[in-house]
Amino acid sequence: MTLNQGAAARPWVDRILAINGWLVFAFLYLPILVVIVFSFSASPNVGIWGGFSLHWYDRMFGNEQLMNALRNSLWVAAWSTVISTVLGTAAALAIDRYRRWLGRGVFDAVLYLPVIIPDVTMAVMLLMWFTQVNITLGRLSIILAHIAFNISFVAIVVRARLANMDPAMEEAAADLYASRWQAFRRITLPLIMPGVLGGGLLALTLSLDDVVITSLVQGPGSATLPVYVFGLIKRSVTPEINAVSTLMLAASIFLVLASLAFQRRGERSG
Amino acid sequence: MTILDEREGNRETAVNPKLERRARRRDAWRGFFHAAPAYLYLTLFFTLPLIIVFVFSFASRGRTGRPLLEGWNIDSWTRLFEPLVRTIALRSFWLAVLNTALCLLVGYPFAYWIATRRKQATRNILLVAVLIPFWSNFLVRTYAWRMLLDSDGYITQFGEMTGLWGRLLFTVPAVFLGLLYGYLPFMVLPLYAAIERLDWSLVEAGRDLYASGAAAFRRITLPLSRPGIVAGSILVFIPSLGAYVTPDILGGAKTTLLGNYIVTQFGAARNWPFGSSISGAILIVMLAVTVFYFRSGGRTL
Repeated sequence: MTLNQGAAARPWVDRILAINGWLVFAFLYLPILVVIVFSFSASPNVGIWGGFSLHWYDRMFGNEQLMNALRNSLWVAAWSTVISTVLGTAAALAIDRYRRWLGRGVFDAVLYLPVIIPDVTMAVMLLMWFTQVNITLGRLSIILAHIAFNISFVAIVVRARLANMDPAMEEAAADLYASRWQAFRRITLPLIMPGVLGGGLLALTLSLDDVVITSLVQGPGSATLPVYVFGLIKRSVTPEINAVSTLMLAASIFLVLASLAFQRRGERSG
Repeated sequence: MTILDEREGNRETAVNPKLERRARRRDAWRGFFHAAPAYLYLTLFFTLPLIIVFVFSFASRGRTGRPLLEGWNIDSWTRLFEPLVRTIALRSFWLAVLNTALCLLVGYPFAYWIATRRKQATRNILLVAVLIPFWSNFLVRTYAWRMLLDSDGYITQFGEMTGLWGRLLFTVPAVFLGLLYGYLPFMVLPLYAAIERLDWSLVEAGRDLYASGAAAFRRITLPLSRPGIVAGSILVFIPSLGAYVTPDILGGAKTTLLGNYIVTQFGAARNWPFGSSISGAILIVMLAVTVFYFRSGGRTL
């Protein structure tokens, strides 16, 4: 699709827009690039190039605490993603497919709140709740907290997908004597699958990235990778942090591209 | 379309009201059961914790800082008006306002530029280039500035050499820079979505009726992209107001923001009821902003 003439700005306006555009991209990318480049520097002083070296990666993989934090991160992310994807998808179906049921309006509102609430507030309220109901702070409490914010994100992504789907498909299946379950399994689920996978990947990313909530509801030895790195940064800045950061950036970029690939496949089939 | 219309028409006329009512009741149950697990979960791990914040804010403080569920009082709320708290709250508020304004000022022309590229492929590539920092780890992106602004880093050296700035790290400008860098993508994406689906024939009609480029932008493009402006502003303003990681890494003792101040109450200061009342105040502001948004015609974020 090409845009209409209305969008065409005068050449000098367009030039200013382009300059601003490339400056913003430089602003967004240069700091990240510097982090990556200096993870390969031999110098222990961050910011001064000391020749190419993989020393910091070597140290990172030998750091037992860091590896433990990575294991915690993956464990927490896996459980919270799976559970929140199932619950979030069901919630999206409930709101989009069924217009009238008891408490739908309240549920719709509550479902949005975890998305906009500041991390700090969510963190302290969960900390107080866990201590009040005697849930020991550790990997379990972190997983419970991550599910709480991820359900909403999954539901929003799946709802966007459901909104673009023609309900006539399910009705056609029902007309052809498909049971409810068959219609869901054979028609609805394949059609919303890109949304479900996209929501799941978003949940995975958010779970792997969270610092604030996790650092308040963690227990001894249950720190996730970002929380461990957060502690390192506050103590001192070393190129080892650059190496971990590079690893985390690579994971993020992989997840974005994967999610875009799912969405694109969905656009073609839907 | 006609098939759909017929279907709708049939539904209106050719149904048995009794069957219809029964079907509706069954649908109501199905909807409820689909939502039930998430509903239960969010009640247990979101709504109840949300309520407990307000309950604990009226409790008295125990020796360990934990709330004692007796001697209910409003001390934690009156403390919000102490000069120190007011200074921190105002600093947080103005930084959040300033950050939202600057994100909008930089983000709008940026989103406009991407959304008005002629080829779909170009737009897609530029959009992916925005999505990558958006999805990248927030902590890592903040750390980048911690590293860049380090006392022997190039930026500090350049500033000292030219006399333009001294040490930026652990000052308010550093925190502001971190917030701008952290939340700019949150502004760009909703703006892009709003500008991209704009009906450009309206702008064209305006131009045909002798509106200048600037007038057409001000009277047509800008009002039509309002949903994006509002959504982006909320997505930047609310997390900026509760920022914790950015001021903790890039700021110092004199740049405490509400987010750090709250966490301090649960750590070193050992005063959970006071931490609850500050959180409660932020929640009230947040709800007010959100209600305003939905009232002013916003539908989704």
